[in-house]
Amino acid sequence: MVKLTLNNKALSLDADPAMPLLYAIRDIAELTGTKFGCGLGLCGACTVHLNGAPIRSCVTPLSAAQGKTITTIEGLGNDDAMHPVQAAWLANKVPQCGYCQSGQMMSAAALLESNDAPSDSDIETAMQGNICRCGTYPRIKKAIKEAAENIQKAKS
Amino acid sequence: MSQVSILNRRQFIALTGRTGGALMLGSAFGGLGLSTSAVAQAVLPKSDGLGEQLGAFVTIKNDGSVDIICHRAEMGQGILTSVPQIIADELGADWSQVNAILGNADPKYGDQSTGGSASIRKHFTHIRQMGAVARDLLEQAAANQWNVKKSKVRTQNHEVIYKSRRLSFAELAEAAAKLPLPDLDSLELKSRADYTLIGKEDIALQGLEKIVTGKATYAQDIQLPGMLIASIERPPVVGGKVKSFDASEAKKISGVVDVIQLKDRSFPVNVKPVSGVAVLATNTWAAIEGRKKLKVEWDHGPNVSHDSETYKAELVKKVARKGKEARVEGDVYSHTFNASRTIEATYTVPYHHHMSMETPAATAVIEGDRCRVWSGTQAAQWGKRLVLEELGLDEEADYDKVEFNTTLMGGAFGRKSKNDFTVEAVELAKATGKPVKVVWSREDDVKHGFYHSTAANYIKAELTDDNRSDHWIQRVVAPPIAWIFDDKTTHLTNGDLSLGFADIPFNIENLSCETPEITTHVRTGWLRSVGNINNAFALGSFVDELANKAGISTQKMWLNLLGKDRKFDPRGEGFEGYTHYGQADKEEYLLEIARFKGVLNEVVTKSGASEKLPDGQGWGISIAASFNSYAAAATKVSVIDDKVTVLEMHTAIDCGLVITPDRVRSQMEGAMIMGLSMALESEITMKDGAIVQNNFYDYPVSRMPQVPDLYVHLIKSNDAPGGVGEPGLPPILPSITNAIFHASGTRIRDLPVKKTMKV
Ligand code: FES
Ligand code: FES
Repeated sequence: MVKLTLNNKALSLDADPAMPLLYAIRDIAELTGTKFGCGLGLCGACTVHLNGAPIRSCVTPLSAAQGKTITTIEGLGNDDAMHPVQAAWLANKVPQCGYCQSGQMMSAAALLESNDAPSDSDIETAMQGNICRCGTYPRIKKAIKEAAENIQKAKS
Repeated sequence: MSQVSILNRRQFIALTGRTGGALMLGSAFGGLGLSTSAVAQAVLPKSDGLGEQLGAFVTIKNDGSVDIICHRAEMGQGILTSVPQIIADELGADWSQVNAILGNADPKYGDQSTGGSASIRKHFTHIRQMGAVARDLLEQAAANQWNVKKSKVRTQNHEVIYKSRRLSFAELAEAAAKLPLPDLDSLELKSRADYTLIGKEDIALQGLEKIVTGKATYAQDIQLPGMLIASIERPPVVGGKVKSFDASEAKKISGVVDVIQLKDRSFPVNVKPVSGVAVLATNTWAAIEGRKKLKVEWDHGPNVSHDSETYKAELVKKVARKGKEARVEGDVYSHTFNASRTIEATYTVPYHHHMSMETPAATAVIEGDRCRVWSGTQAAQWGKRLVLEELGLDEEADYDKVEFNTTLMGGAFGRKSKNDFTVEAVELAKATGKPVKVVWSREDDVKHGFYHSTAANYIKAELTDDNRSDHWIQRVVAPPIAWIFDDKTTHLTNGDLSLGFADIPFNIENLSCETPEITTHVRTGWLRSVGNINNAFALGSFVDELANKAGISTQKMWLNLLGKDRKFDPRGEGFEGYTHYGQADKEEYLLEIARFKGVLNEVVTKSGASEKLPDGQGWGISIAASFNSYAAAATKVSVIDDKVTVLEMHTAIDCGLVITPDRVRSQMEGAMIMGLSMALESEITMKDGAIVQNNFYDYPVSRMPQVPDLYVHLIKSNDAPGGVGEPGLPPILPSITNAIFHASGTRIRDLPVKKTMKV
């Protein structure tokens, strides 16, 4: 039994602690917003937050989440409002197939948590681990900047 | 009763052909196995308690909202918006009250095979008719109520209107659903001036909110109670078979439930599974871990000696000699080429893989004599036929015993028109008696794809004094896709040769277009724009080389070769077998030289590609028409110490009438980025018959830092709608390599660029 908090809910997951967190989230907790893309930490499709930090859940064992807080795309916003990143993704019509976008948004949200005025190169550094085969990078960049502005506005 | 009714199964099959393969061979990707005569049908209106169905595509829900079927598969191209958008426009619906519903496999929808950039260009009228059926029923219901002629009333913004009277769709739906169906041919369709949704810039996209909240369902996401997950070890070589296997260690992994050998399959490979050994477990990780412990001995079969490097050398050798003629004008072989005015060049591209972010997945469950399937496929109806065949069911009598559900796809690019993974799920569901989800790893996806054919193109041409050409020989050789359906196939088909090769839009007095024969050893398949990839790379590079030799701009060279504005039908100019993406007989789709020039001039003007650049920088341009659309690209690069950096990319696209402008732009953006990966760094190679690459580390695709600013220039046009998903890609590769030449003097004729320079 691994105890963790998943999207603000305390949970005990009955799974092998060596199981990658990705499969525990998808198969055991049955939250399928987090995606498989490579299984090797190369593509970012499986990005979730572990105590607020972006991690690749395909190469992180479930045991690493013991006693910790995990946030997935389903928990990024709340019932009342989307996260500013999600809202900016919607406004800029970022997704094509959408499959990589949970991971993209989780990486972007983590970036904005630590840097609410990222430069182009900050964005590229934070996002280079997230592949989008459909080719939505220019819109992702634009959406991140817009989300950053909206976060700043909300703060001031 | 109306003469319009759902086709019975036998008629449908007669129209569409029994097997996917046979029809496809002649249709150059155009039909993907279904003839264009398979059109959407109106079905009798009916009520299901939740709403009123007005025809096959439109349901007015009790709350007044409208469900509209998107019968074409969604893989990121945005068709989930575009089809309902066309129907809603014709219907007069309020877009904010429209919900798009992905249609399952069903013949009443007409051709559902989503490939060949065909959804709009081949089905625009039929889709509009499906909206018009529902509109007509609502109008008739209102007219009856008001006791006026139907021609006096019209729909607007979710209401039917007559003078100052109005009735909402919700108020009319019940009465409308009791009316007889109108005759499709009697329905008048809206004129372009009256479109309210088609072409609208800011239309909200269907399904977007679900994606950004993580609620969208892809094939990988299907979960059924008691479901097993299957991970399959497949033969490394095409045509290989399991000799023996030992599952004892695999079965020790906790969670592993069963290990099953898949049945052997014979040539031709078709789109069927390739056999192998499946490990089934209660969760994905256990299946993967179990599979690692599996010991399998293979009989590799006849293709074990295939080596892509040797094979490419063979292609280059073949293309140096005369091949089977596809298009001949004049007599180029009696001409003695003037060496000082002649260029001769061979261009090669490697095998490529689709590398969709979502790897293939499908789920199946057998319940009594019925089967239910969920698959992320571009070809639901074809998939359903394969499932019926797999289960030994009759395609007609048993058709309804299979329920075939389609999911969203996390990218597809042609790969998922092949339902090998769907059939695997059905085979295993049958063997286990349990619901089974087959999940492909990234390595499975890379190693068991249907690859874009490696190809060699040869061109030799002599410049005239006024810098055109009257003597031109060109050849292409590549393992033909038709081979997967008929392993005796040794030549590219007329359909293949119509992909920017023998349809070359130049007026050349003495021209020979040929294709030599070749044997095939791998599963080849359609990949975004198919043969246009290598053909446009060769032609786009060659025109640039000619321009350089002539000492004129590449733009001018294209204009010289294109010649006078005219309609251009290759069938009248030596290429009888021209297929034109299934539209060869449609006047409105004839190639037009002015449209080639239009995109070329637009991209040069808007990008500034004729500007003078500092040393070490260069612009490259190219054009290609494909799938009834015209695209031109301009790319700016810098080359410093042999290191290529792409600085800026532009695409001008003329795809005729635009339905969803934002999705046209996003497809062009995506095509530029995919083209960038293909040109610079991606490549599939084979050694000892097996694929060498594994994952993103050795089949790299572009990441954010490599992607420059992108610009899309959308040409306003009233021409018949053309394709969108694929036409952006072909001109990108040569625009990049031409730019490299202009920046550095290095001519890349063999892709990817990384073999020659740092990228
Ligand atoms: S699936 Fe985890 S990084 Fe690709
Ligand atoms: S939107 Fe399709 S992979 Fe990113």
